[in-house]
Amino acid sequence: MELRFTPEELAFRDEVRAFFAENVPEETRAKMSEGEHLEKDDMVEWTRILNKKGWAVPHWPEEYGGTGWDPMRQYIFLEELQRYPAPSPLPFGVNMVGPVIYTFGNEEQKKHFLPRIANLDDWWCQGFSEPGAGSDLASLKTRAVRDGDHYIVNGQKTWTTLAQYADWIFCLVRTDTEAKKQEGISFLLIDMNTPGIEVRPIVTIDGGREVNEVFLTDVKVPAENLVGQENKGWDYAKFLLGNERTNIARVGMSKQRIARVRELAAKEMSGGRPLIEDQRFREKLSSIEIDLKALELTQLRVVAADAKRGNTGRPDPASSILKIKGSEIQQGITHLLMQVMGPHALPYHEDIEGSNEPPIEPDYAGSAAPGYFNYRKVSIYGGSNEIQKNIIAKAVLGL
Amino acid sequence: MDFDLTEEQSILKDSLDRLLADKYDFEKRNKIMAQPDGWSGEMWNAYAEMGLMALPFAEEDGGLGGSPVETMIVMEALGRALVLEPYLATVVLGGGVLRHGASAQQRAEYVPQVASGELKLALGHTERNSRYDLNHVETTAKKDGEGWVLSGQKSVVLGGDAADYIFVTARTGGDVRDPNGIGIFMIDAKAEGLSRRSYANQDGTRAAEISLDGVKVPAGGVIGDPAVGLPVIRRVADEAIAALCSEAIGVMEQLHALTLEYLKVRKQFGVPIGAFQVLQHKAVDIFVALEQARSITLYATMMADSDDEAERGRAMNAAKAETGRAGKLAGENAIQLHGGVGMTMEYAVGHYFKRMTAIDLTFGDHDHHLQRLAERGGLFG
Repeated sequence: MELRFTPEELAFRDEVRAFFAENVPEETRAKMSEGEHLEKDDMVEWTRILNKKGWAVPHWPEEYGGTGWDPMRQYIFLEELQRYPAPSPLPFGVNMVGPVIYTFGNEEQKKHFLPRIANLDDWWCQGFSEPGAGSDLASLKTRAVRDGDHYIVNGQKTWTTLAQYADWIFCLVRTDTEAKKQEGISFLLIDMNTPGIEVRPIVTIDGGREVNEVFLTDVKVPAENLVGQENKGWDYAKFLLGNERTNIARVGMSKQRIARVRELAAKEMSGGRPLIEDQRFREKLSSIEIDLKALELTQLRVVAADAKRGNTGRPDPASSILKIKGSEIQQGITHLLMQVMGPHALPYHEDIEGSNEPPIEPDYAGSAAPGYFNYRKVSIYGGSNEIQKNIIAKAVLGL
Repeated sequence: MDFDLTEEQSILKDSLDRLLADKYDFEKRNKIMAQPDGWSGEMWNAYAEMGLMALPFAEEDGGLGGSPVETMIVMEALGRALVLEPYLATVVLGGGVLRHGASAQQRAEYVPQVASGELKLALGHTERNSRYDLNHVETTAKKDGEGWVLSGQKSVVLGGDAADYIFVTARTGGDVRDPNGIGIFMIDAKAEGLSRRSYANQDGTRAAEISLDGVKVPAGGVIGDPAVGLPVIRRVADEAIAALCSEAIGVMEQLHALTLEYLKVRKQFGVPIGAFQVLQHKAVDIFVALEQARSITLYATMMADSDDEAERGRAMNAAKAETGRAGKLAGENAIQLHGGVGMTMEYAVGHYFKRMTAIDLTFGDHDHHLQRLAERGGLFG
């Protein structure tokens, strides 16, 4: 048992840190640190910096642009990325559709799409959830009917994150209405510029516009955009959803947010002294830190086990708790950050383009409450925490 | 980074698990607990034969030079079997004082006797008003020629019922809460002026109240500098915390396993009760708590032999707080999921719950360690 990084791993960490220090655009770092939303251009600029270095899709197979790093180096890279903070690569391309394409797609699809994902030439969004298909995803109704060398797609997707920026959407569509619900689903790649697609924003409780409804009306999709086999889409979706386990805990990001809580709690006053000196506050912060330290070790156990078995086969049982604890911790931190701001978290900071109104002071308080509201999502998306518990009960506990 | 055991460590784990599976099932443990001493001399000798008593001591002192990982392996196994013999008191606490405080001459005399299983030790530090504060010592030591004379009371001395020697802390200077002026004295349990009242704890382990009424200690019985014993006590307490967290993992593993088994066999409304989602989620909560506690205990184990007192202390605060919280959740839910049978003395789960509860109350509970960690500026501060 050796619970420390090797000298080689530490050297790698230094290399990654140095690269971020020199290459992350300062404006992007500042926005992330202050909890502001990134623009599309910020993401594109940063992704291309990473891609030029060869680090845009580290975990992909080397033949498609991956780095060949072992699981521990993949972990260190993401941890440092989040801590810096720098934007994580857009997950819809890099972590979701990319691996589906290189695992199940044909040669043309790989050749065309994969380099464009790595360079963020194509912005992807995810067309899985529907108004009637949330946790019970397999009951989705969006219909695709084969018509010569095309599919005609009709239906509605929802909770589509950043669809307003998207060039492409990967969709689960029903291609067989007679079969068992999991066996009539296909995985289609759809150009967002195709006629018949309409994107409508959903404003979330934080006031943000992250998610959208996507309406598809007689959308004509070339049959060559089918991934793998018709009616096998559910298998690819399960692969996609189970693929992501090293980043889901977001330990590095939580460490960065805790540092931010400390920084602001040293500025904000309570009882005539900085809030950070208040014992009750410090205990709440320490309590989250303990949880986070435990999660970091849990994560490392999973990574070390992955490294040992070459990242194949069944994940360590502990991996199933990463989503649950990771989301609880992230939510806890956003709440604490809002509490730090106290009454100054109240004003709604409207971000109106061209407005000459000075910001309400302190301006860094503006994102505290929206951050808390927004992060209620993390225990809902990607399989709600209750669904995660169902999965653990069945797959790990055998209940 | 590698979380797997070495071959030697695996052998240690397997042979201890085998011994306990064979000789220490729940029925046999109950019989041992019912004996007048409340623990088994035969088992004690078996542990000694396996080398468990010699484990953490340096090879040059007659030990096996084991690391905190070996202690973790042993404590987890003892937790799984709810072992009653005073291993923590003798090897971790008493042995810790020998390792970190005693002179080469003292170690040469006593370590081999501990390693062979001949000698049992205890640490008499806690007092009626000290709670978990290691610097709070009211017992006094007055200089008497070359030696010392001790007077005072020590409470809940773990393993104090069986110990041949007790390491007693006493104030040689300063006021009651002064970190300086605390000495450590090695006292023969049969010494004149020492009286002990032995008893069973709630969890079946044993302890004693120790009264010292003018107990004479020769100069050779002083451990280290009689004015600066506290750093040794702190270090020993930190190692004890790492050991107790490991024991807690063993206890929680069993709470989890027994509960799962029960959910699968107990039927109500015509189905195993594990089919009910509300109970499944509670079982998952236990699993999550166990794995998180296991992780933070690995961290504590990694830090247990660190010479950086502040960093080591923070790790122990974190681990003890987390296992305290996780253990309470696991224990209470395990009883709840068992229903009425979980309330009975004749069923194992309640005994694991009680041991878990006792661990939280030993060397600082969840609230205490959270408070200390917060005072120290947190874990990532």
